[in-house]
Amino acid sequence: MTPDRHTVALTVNGAPFKRTVEGRLLLSDFLRHDLEFTGTHVGCEHGVCGSCTVLVDGNPTRSCLMLAVQADGHAIETVEGLAPDAATLSPLQAAFRKHHALQCGYCTPGFLMTASALLRVTEHPSRLEIKEALSGNLCRCTGYSGIVDAVDEIANGKPNAV
Amino acid sequence: MPSSWVGTPVLRREDDRLLRGAGRFVDDMHAAGMLHAAVFRSPFAHARITSLDVSAARALPGVHAIFTAADLGAVNRPFPLPVPHPKLRAKTPMPLASDTVRYVGEPIALIVADDRYIAEDAFDHIAIDFEPLVATPSLQGALAGGDCVIHPDLGDNIAARFGQSYGDVDAAFAAADVVVRERFTSDRGSGQPIETRAVFAVPDPNTGILTVWDTTQSPHVARRLMAATLDVPEDRLHVIAPDVGGGFGPKVVFYPEEVLVPFAARALKRPVKFVEDRLEHFRATVHEREQVHECELAAKSDGTLLGMRVRIVHDTGAYVPWGVIVPFITLTTIPGPYHLPNYDAEVTVVYTNRVPVTPHRGAGRPQAVFSMERMLDRLALELKLDQAEIRRRNYIGADEFPYDVGLIFRDGSPMSYDSGDYPQAQQTALEHIGYDTFRAQQAEARAHGRLIGIGMAAYVEGTGLGPHESARMRVDSSGKIRIMSGAASQGQGHETTLAQVAADALGMPMEDITVQTGDTAGVPYGIGAFASRLGALASSAVKIGATQLRERILQAAGSFLEVAPDDLEIVDGSVRVSGNPTQSIRLGDLAIQSSGAFPGSTLPNDLADIGLETTAYFRPAQSTYASGFHVVTVEVDPAGGIVTILKYVISHDCGNAINPLIVEGQVQGGLAAGIGGALYERTVYDDMGQLVSGSFVDYLLPTSAEIPAAEIYHILAPTPLNPLGAKGAGEGGTIPAPAAIVAAVENAIWPDGSFHLHAFPLTPELVWQAARDAQGIPA
Amino acid sequence: MAFGNAEMKPAPFDYHRPATLEEALALLERYEGDAKVLAGGQSLIPLMNMRLARPAALIDLERVAGLTGLRFDGDVLHVGAMTRHMEIERSAAVRERIGILSAAMPYVGHLAIRSRGTFGGSLAHADPAAELPALATLFDATFTIAGSGGTREVPWSDFFITFLTSCLEPAEILTGITLTLAPPQAGWSFHEIARRHGDFALAGCAARVELDAEGERIASARVALFGVDATPVRLLEAEPALIGLVSSAAAIADIAAAAAAKLEPATDVHGSTAFRRDIARRLIASGIRDAAAHASSLRTPEKVRA
Repeated sequence: MTPDRHTVALTVNGAPFKRTVEGRLLLSDFLRHDLEFTGTHVGCEHGVCGSCTVLVDGNPTRSCLMLAVQADGHAIETVEGLAPDAATLSPLQAAFRKHHALQCGYCTPGFLMTASALLRVTEHPSRLEIKEALSGNLCRCTGYSGIVDAVDEIANGKPNAV
Repeated sequence: MPSSWVGTPVLRREDDRLLRGAGRFVDDMHAAGMLHAAVFRSPFAHARITSLDVSAARALPGVHAIFTAADLGAVNRPFPLPVPHPKLRAKTPMPLASDTVRYVGEPIALIVADDRYIAEDAFDHIAIDFEPLVATPSLQGALAGGDCVIHPDLGDNIAARFGQSYGDVDAAFAAADVVVRERFTSDRGSGQPIETRAVFAVPDPNTGILTVWDTTQSPHVARRLMAATLDVPEDRLHVIAPDVGGGFGPKVVFYPEEVLVPFAARALKRPVKFVEDRLEHFRATVHEREQVHECELAAKSDGTLLGMRVRIVHDTGAYVPWGVIVPFITLTTIPGPYHLPNYDAEVTVVYTNRVPVTPHRGAGRPQAVFSMERMLDRLALELKLDQAEIRRRNYIGADEFPYDVGLIFRDGSPMSYDSGDYPQAQQTALEHIGYDTFRAQQAEARAHGRLIGIGMAAYVEGTGLGPHESARMRVDSSGKIRIMSGAASQGQGHETTLAQVAADALGMPMEDITVQTGDTAGVPYGIGAFASRLGALASSAVKIGATQLRERILQAAGSFLEVAPDDLEIVDGSVRVSGNPTQSIRLGDLAIQSSGAFPGSTLPNDLADIGLETTAYFRPAQSTYASGFHVVTVEVDPAGGIVTILKYVISHDCGNAINPLIVEGQVQGGLAAGIGGALYERTVYDDMGQLVSGSFVDYLLPTSAEIPAAEIYHILAPTPLNPLGAKGAGEGGTIPAPAAIVAAVENAIWPDGSFHLHAFPLTPELVWQAARDAQGIPA
Repeated sequence: MAFGNAEMKPAPFDYHRPATLEEALALLERYEGDAKVLAGGQSLIPLMNMRLARPAALIDLERVAGLTGLRFDGDVLHVGAMTRHMEIERSAAVRERIGILSAAMPYVGHLAIRSRGTFGGSLAHADPAAELPALATLFDATFTIAGSGGTREVPWSDFFITFLTSCLEPAEILTGITLTLAPPQAGWSFHEIARRHGDFALAGCAARVELDAEGERIASARVALFGVDATPVRLLEAEPALIGLVSSAAAIADIAAAAAAKLEPATDVHGSTAFRRDIARRLIASGIRDAAAHASSLRTPEKVRA
């Protein structure tokens, strides 16, 4: 069967890309293997673990539940776009480090993107709101408290609140 | 610079690349010409393969090769058994099933294609016929055998029967004032690291060396087993565990893909990558936890324990890839932190038509602690004693170490608890949860229709298993220290903690030291990450090695500067006479000169060793015993059986903490796994051996909304058994959690005392039914 | 179905992204029932990744004009089928005029699901454990369905057929949904019991109650359940029996019990039929009481609505 091929023109972290892809290629695989943004990780491919989370037009999106072709004409943001430069981490990334919010680091890009999206739309989410917003991302290493502390510090300037 | 790097909560070096998405996990690796593999797996739990024809699949455009058992030839034979046991009738897995499949998910063929999508397309074109056989319907059904014997030459499904005992249990029971008996069960669960397994084999035609990037927790062990099964010399294989996304035990085991993928890469002379997907992970990566315990506990009327008898049945799945570690650990963990003068435990290990079982975080201890702690609660109820008091009356005292338990641990050495303070652990935790005022709070809540309860559990955990761990280190020509450890990392922060240890021992700043783990080329022998061993062992090896290296540096500098080593110090990357910066030599220069910088010249006579390099091992005499105490308050919603954790307090003794930040992270992370195993994670097989809970939709991992931040208090009882006084910290958050949580749920439903909950994990329906039972509502 | 092979990449298909509804319909006709509409993809793509769904073609509606948007028109709300959950969740007008929909949104999966998932997609997927199908039954939802022969309007009672099955024919497209708003004095409540935040409910209940002129007795009530049967369930038989009762009436518990006893929820790894029925029983009773309490609070001008 001849594969069904389509042109995809999109931006990733502001940079334009144009490729020809098969219709069934998942956005997660496209980003990782065609465009080599390997920071976005694949954990379950059925939309539960959230490690593939990217922003599509600013909105948190499970890239394993989107076809690459659907990204045509859209702006994607991945974890690689968060740090301002090679020497500096973003405040959110620095907060993750400070609060030991990562261990193996595999789920971390997904959490960073979900948290980034939350912080863009909600100025001061409560700790409960943070936990609920992050509940669509799974972590097996940290037990979450460091992650919540990090986001809480950026959101409210007070980590370790009850 | 702190006075001591060890004990300081240094932020991790690993974080920068991981936060940027610049980590290098196996699936991030590329090589020119690489191909992608998928594994065709059995859809039946027990069946004979009557015909297999892959020719149509091979012909699919984009498919490069399909390997079946026939194609592997002599390579397709049972794996060596890494941890033998004299009573074990071992059936280890083969790379591919040839005539019989014994669990849903067992590998039948490897497909290699241009990409994973095409490889999966090939499944549709594989023509295969099965004659279904009777699958073991349950653990009890497997035990009974009959028409569902999995390995016919064994005659039944018993993999092993063994036990340990000490004292005279019969006399103890005869003399007892009270005997309580209960039966406990636990369900299968699985580790579910967020990164699944992956193997990427890259042949180098120029050197003949096959590099294998592997998510293994034990690169050296993996290399040895790969070499043995492929019949290839070890030095032709280079196994590297790069960044690995969580291990927790399941990635220690050697899997068929670790043979199949290198085999395919060599046969095709091309790089071949296999990445397990999540549905496969449920069906192909090891599980753990299912056991049945029949317990009897004998005691005096004041609650003093006299003896315990336990009969355990353990589900080991269709094969034993690793040994009978888990049930062995279970039966040696049951006595716990208590004086138990007489003990008799026996375990029957049973083959079932399910995924094989090897350790997952906790490794048989959650089940053991569940039994002992629930039996203590049962005894307390019987004797009308407070649950905290009955434990207090039986703890081994802080002045009783070393304490010989009377058993042999799984490392072959006699179990001797080396350090701890069990009464203090309990006292600290109970104070911080407000134990003394809880009864009143509970009554108040009940008056308002809220069901809250409290539960507790103590544990002792053998950690720091041998046989050894290694560290090789050198001063390179730039004057920096490079350390290669036999450890492998899946998030534990070794690049940071091992540098902390080295910095202290060398008397040099951390920035001058880099650490690499997980590479068979780094050290000649290594063991890897499991059983909470690396904090104790890898660190000790680094401390020993760094101490040796410092001596060599000073000796060599003394030789070149013609000064006594005692008069020298290392400052700012140079070795110099104390207080005299003009008489110095830069470390990099010293490394070059001491290794023979000028060909044809002669080194100083008194230079003891060539170069600034050393390889050190730490061989523990025995395991070292970490311990702790958990207490938790919960609220139970009887409407839907939903359990909410209100407060969780942990006392934790891991000896000296190298990095307190990392230790806290291990405890909190372990707790999340423990809560998962208590309330959410349940593997369900039907009676045909089909996995019903085979995705994240049905197998539930707790999220940030369900996991509270524990209050963690550290009990400092350093071990004398290694140079750092450190004990393992990776599993203490998990081990007693099911016992404590189930006790708390029971207490919420029956605050005046009653004993009904015998199993973990709990389900909402079970809790709902329990609440109805308590209200006298018929089922 | 034997699940041994655990595929997780979709099988091959043709992908189309038509610009108009007519084009989309023509494509569906062309594939003779073997094509599926792609809306948000949050339910469909996991099934395709697992190869449980293997359509020959996907017809992506993202570029088709006229399928998105929220439009209030008198006492009805028109929702374009491709309107993303996220838009509904953020709408101040929805919060003000049909607050129960805003309240339900945070329970619909997680943030990332709601970025892409669509109102129409969720309804067409017809999962009886989902929140939105139940809410649709509470607001006299009518479904506008386009086919090659024209457009038809289908009431909710004919739309949901059984588990994961709506009345949509393979070559039809749901284009919009019309909800009739409740009177402003109607109170509402929304509760579900789920194992984890964001999970499909073990069972859930959405209720709507109007009180009589004195504000004491129930004048009308609507109760919708999810997770309790093969479709969302409106308690059409029980609702009339609630009229005239005060919210504290013991009879409400009896009515709830009787209604629950008639339900046929599924048994699965998360719970049995009996368990789900019992949850439903409690949620019905508390749902009615809470909706009545809410209605009562709306009558008092100085009380601020929660």
